[in-house]
Amino acid sequence: MKIEREQDVVPFRNRVKEFAVKIGMSLVNQTKLITAASELVRNMLKYANGGSVIIEIINQGRDNGIRLIFDDKGPGIKDIPLALKDGFSTGKSLGIGLPGARRLVSEFDIKSVEGKGTVVTIIKWKNG
Amino acid sequence: MDRIPILRMGQFLLVTIQIDLYDRLAVNLESDLVQMVSKTGARGVLIDISALTIVDSFMGRILGNIGNMSKIMDAETVVVGMQPAVAITLIELGLELQGVSTALNVEKGMLYLQEKIGNQIEAADDEDGVE
Ligand SMILES: Nc1ncnc2c1ncn2[C@@H]1O[C@H](COP(=O)(O)OP(=O)(O)OP(=O)(O)O)[C@@H](O)[C@H]1O
Ligand SMILES: [Mg+2]
Repeated sequence: MKIEREQDVVPFRNRVKEFAVKIGMSLVNQTKLITAASELVRNMLKYANGGSVIIEIINQGRDNGIRLIFDDKGPGIKDIPLALKDGFSTGKSLGIGLPGARRLVSEFDIKSVEGKGTVVTIIKWKNG
Repeated sequence: MDRIPILRMGQFLLVTIQIDLYDRLAVNLESDLVQMVSKTGARGVLIDISALTIVDSFMGRILGNIGNMSKIMDAETVVVGMQPAVAITLIELGLELQGVSTALNVEKGMLYLQEKIGNQIEAADDEDGVE
């Protein structure tokens, strides 16, 4: 799913919700996943001028989950550990997007190459 | 729809957010509310977010801005009806709603505002129809 403008945020969140509902994720976990997704998609818009997200259902043993892959061709992140710190922001903001999103999901992975772009992958297990 | 209606009730302004807000709608609400507070001299703002299924840092910031700016104009802001899943998520996200108080529902929120501003609301203000 392409994310190009702020108007894409709400439809994107609704899409994620459809997937989460499909696998029977609890309301609290759905809310955590969607909130994390919202933060990441906002970063993509704010710092990388948009990008794309892949939404998929995954299985591991008896557990189902949702995986989201946020892929942008923006400026990348120079110091990832620093960006993951609470309160760090180059956008004069609160700096809770990345660390907060990480706390809200089961698995969180971030890869970034300066000048090339950033890929953030998150997984929320149905019962995780 | 590109504006959220703001109801005036005595010294209070009431807003019920009925859908998950697009950013522009939220930004409009912020500026409309602040203008209304300054124009009417309202002493309290009550925002019902029971229909919101998610509050991310953007929406949290809007609510905080409303609270902080209202405070400058001598009005209290109370946010009511936050869904439990939203509250749990906000804590884990690490977002504190600054400048606003919270209450369980519209009734409790109204009570809070009335106490806060010293019961200046007249009994004649009929509260039927709210909620
Ligand atoms: N997709 C991205 N591309 C480039 N830089 C990014 C990206 N996402 C995050 N960053 C960088 O990481 C920093 C931290 O991001 P984070 O979301 O935690 O905070 P923020 O967006 O600045 O503030 P908040 O999310 O609280 O409004 C950002 O300020 C920005 O410098
Ligand atoms: Mg952010």
